[in-house]
Amino acid sequence: MYFDSFAEFINMGGHGPYVWAAYGVTFVSFVIYLAAQRRARKEVERKIRNRIRRELNR
Amino acid sequence: MASNRWEWFHRWGSPKWYYQKSSVWTPWLAVLSVVLLGTGLVWGLAFAPEDVKQGNSYRIIFLHVPAAFLALAGYYIMAIAGAIGLIWRMKLSFIAMRAAAPLGALLTFISLFTGAVWGKPTWGTYWVWDARITSMLILFFLYLGVIVLTDAFVRKDSGDKAGAILALVGTVNIPIIYKSVDWWNSLHQPATIKLTSAPSMDASMWYPLLLCILGMYAFYFFLLLRSIRTRVVEQDKSKAWVKEIL
Repeated sequence: MYFDSFAEFINMGGHGPYVWAAYGVTFVSFVIYLAAQRRARKEVERKIRNRIRRELNR
Repeated sequence: MASNRWEWFHRWGSPKWYYQKSSVWTPWLAVLSVVLLGTGLVWGLAFAPEDVKQGNSYRIIFLHVPAAFLALAGYYIMAIAGAIGLIWRMKLSFIAMRAAAPLGALLTFISLFTGAVWGKPTWGTYWVWDARITSMLILFFLYLGVIVLTDAFVRKDSGDKAGAILALVGTVNIPIIYKSVDWWNSLHQPATIKLTSAPSMDASMWYPLLLCILGMYAFYFFLLLRSIRTRVVEQDKSKAWVKEIL
């Protein structure tokens, strides 16, 4: 570990807000993208399943 | 030999074949990206030494450079996929182009954002209308343009063609981005990593950065392949193989 304490690690010699903003926004962006990807997948599957069901009932 | 190559080419164009192969690849890419990015980022954030000039703000590099690499590589991928679609009328290729557009926009946004919060403590400003930064902003709008254009047509293949043409025209921006730090006086520092020479950085910073770049490549392809999988299923919704897997 380069830093002497956890508090110093968070503070990053005063650059903490910039560094953590960069890491936080990147992380949240990827989480949102993954969630959107998952929702799109579920939506496509739901539509196809519904159509298969309708075809079977006819 | 030639016939083998065409067979390979046609199999690649087969959505079913892609779906089966990618279900093997994506878990490996997920593992690879977690291991590489996890190690690289923890190393870079907590163990790499401080930069003499920039202090700890330089630790943003471990996200900024990998994201910018993939923002550019992703544009090549999108444009080449569009070109293959136009030349050989391969549907899977257009699907890859459509999938690469939002992902590329995301990575361009991340490289712009991480660059802005790095700029504040280093240059004293979040934003300058500098050649490198402006050409990256143009890259972001090119990605958005491809997304909007591909969805703007009632007929899907018209959207495919229009998107591919815009993507190809936009490639003129790529060498401008690469060369912007050399051609114009710029606040942005010149490339840290060059293929032709050793990195201008100490090994204690360069190794974690390399891990992050490789990890970001793995993560990019994980996300891209997954996005293509959904689009392939949607396209082949009436085919027997899709009904079988659901």
